[in-house]
Amino acid sequence: MLEIRALEKHFGTLKAVDGISFSARPGEILGLLGPNGAGKTTLVSMIAGLLPADGGQVLIDGRTLCGDQDPLKRRIGLVPQDLALIEELPAQDNLAFFGALYGLKGLALRAAASRVLDLVGLSDRAGDRVATFSGGMKRRLNLAAALMHDPEILLLDEPTVGVDPQSRNAIFDNLETLKRQRRTLIYTTHYMEEVERLCERVVILDHGRVLADASLADLTRTGIVNPRLHIELNAGGDGHWLEELRGLDGVASANLAGTQLAVGIADLAADTSRILSWLSGRGMVIHGFASERPSLESVFLSLTGRSFRE
Amino acid sequence: MSLTALVALVRKDLKLFFHDRRAVIMSFAAPIVIASFFGFLFQGASGQANQARIPVAVVDQDQTDLSRKLIARLGEDKQVQVEALSLDRALDQVRRGKTTVALRIPAGFSEGATRTFFSGGAKPELSLDYDPSHAMELGLVRGLLTEAAMTVVSAEMFTGPAGRKSLETSLDQLERSNLAEGERSDLKRLLESARAWNVRQEQQPATARRGGLSLPYSLKEEALTSRSATPYNSYAHAFAGMGVQFILFMGIEAGISILVARRSGLWKRLCAAPLSRRLLLGGRALSAALVSLIILGVVYVFARLIFHVHIEGSAAGFLGVCLAFSLMTATFGLLIASLGRTPEATRGLAIFATLILVMLGGAWVPAFIFPAWLQKLTLFIPTRWAVDGLDAMTWRGLGFQAALAPIAVLLGFALAFGLIALARFRWEVEG
Repeated sequence: MLEIRALEKHFGTLKAVDGISFSARPGEILGLLGPNGAGKTTLVSMIAGLLPADGGQVLIDGRTLCGDQDPLKRRIGLVPQDLALIEELPAQDNLAFFGALYGLKGLALRAAASRVLDLVGLSDRAGDRVATFSGGMKRRLNLAAALMHDPEILLLDEPTVGVDPQSRNAIFDNLETLKRQRRTLIYTTHYMEEVERLCERVVILDHGRVLADASLADLTRTGIVNPRLHIELNAGGDGHWLEELRGLDGVASANLAGTQLAVGIADLAADTSRILSWLSGRGMVIHGFASERPSLESVFLSLTGRSFRE
Repeated sequence: MSLTALVALVRKDLKLFFHDRRAVIMSFAAPIVIASFFGFLFQGASGQANQARIPVAVVDQDQTDLSRKLIARLGEDKQVQVEALSLDRALDQVRRGKTTVALRIPAGFSEGATRTFFSGGAKPELSLDYDPSHAMELGLVRGLLTEAAMTVVSAEMFTGPAGRKSLETSLDQLERSNLAEGERSDLKRLLESARAWNVRQEQQPATARRGGLSLPYSLKEEALTSRSATPYNSYAHAFAGMGVQFILFMGIEAGISILVARRSGLWKRLCAAPLSRRLLLGGRALSAALVSLIILGVVYVFARLIFHVHIEGSAAGFLGVCLAFSLMTATFGLLIASLGRTPEATRGLAIFATLILVMLGGAWVPAFIFPAWLQKLTLFIPTRWAVDGLDAMTWRGLGFQAALAPIAVLLGFALAFGLIALARFRWEVEG
């Protein structure tokens, strides 16, 4: 169990991490979501023991992580945002090197390399230099290197930056495998769809603070991260039917502005046709409609009242 | 676990070093090629091979037997290459840098030189027009010309017709002079004796004639090293200097590699492992020191096989200097990593600083040609001790005692660099 308690980090007058607390359980993928500069990377660096905290604690199964040589660091694997590989060396030499940093040697080292290469699907390229790999393959190897010492907690700092969709899916599959192995995964990103795909729970950060810490289901129920339907009606009327619409199953919110109706729904696929039918049944003529998946932009706007990149 | 990690860190650096062909070429071939060139250049100074002769153009406007003898005498010296040219051509050659010195022997030189040999009066003027970029050679030509002129003019005075005529003129002038009677009679006896000698010599066959002045000594020159019969080998110093220079370049790259790792994210992964900071930096320093020793080994093996550079002094001292210098290089790399910000900016500055260190350390030219104040100043520069230490153990042939000071100083610098690096190193990764 990873527990973060009131963690703080200052760079001069800037509070990069400002009293952040959360926890993550084994077998959980926790999404750390936030815009650039929100403090995600600083937070991950502090959890990994790369940056000392100015306040608060990082606890692993109740024990505080402290010092460069703390054996607790063996229980953490770090996948840095920048590729942390030696391009001139073959993949297997990279893995051997990173495994040896954790004391692995001989048969155990070879077995670990074989295991992680299998996991990320690079066994057939083990002897090739990393420089010859595609961007996606490098990202997968970057993940494999963090798994050499079989950590219980994996810190992933935007591990899919610059990756093609195919490789991204491959990485997601790897992470789901790791989740099934009861590892704790902390996944930082600023892509909402990645959080939706992978994470049960999300911590939304901004200016070094936690804006929201909830499961996706809870966020959906509060209407923060619902997909939306934008429907253009022939006439909005007085909107007396809005309350009835809001009471329908799967409808989280409904707002009318002139002839433009915005409906927050739980599931685009399941709820769209039902709502359109309901509106037609009330005699309303639909001129057109568009669906909108929730983005960090919209979530962030909902939580802070300001735009993502202001 | 620490030992496993240390071995992995060192092995990784060695693999990367040997993987990078440019680094290998720069580290092995470059010092060998440049040291070979410098060694060849300075070989002449040791008298072991043909030194390039100084080209001297001679313009003989006198066209007398004496002027021809002067030119021939000058041309006998192996340090100059004499060529007779017209005045315009000679001056043009000097201006173009094709000839170092143009010697002009004016008309009337023979008569003027013999006339003024024993008496005063206006002396004939020899002109030396020279290339200003070869001012040092001018001194040598001037000295050789003085010797040649004294030899042929004095020989003419004692054995030739021009000398006899000059003696008769001098005797005639003496009769009309206002000298005191005692001085005049003494001088007259001297001149008459010289004339009688001249007449007798002229009756001899040309080959049997003796006379004239010569240098009152012969010169024996011997390069002195600690071991007798061990000649100076210019390649020994050149390989020491260039080895030191290119190993320091390798040290720079070792430091830069840390900055590159820090930027790539590799440093984060290294710091995320449960390893001490000393181990992380120590691993880099150890690999750099090993590479330094390997380079020194390869360079000196080449120098031994091709240029017969031997360790004439203490082998243990040589190893000690190599080891101390390698450690100094390794911590020099750490110092660069601790003070540098970006790899690009740091590399340029570090190379500049290294070139200054190498230049002042006597790696390019021996430190003894520096001014006295600079020689004292360079005692505070580690490269000076490295080069001097390697020189002492190779061509100077000194014992282990002579290696102690360079070893101690180099280890002192290594310790200082290492401590500064540890104190100043930015451990915190960028957020």
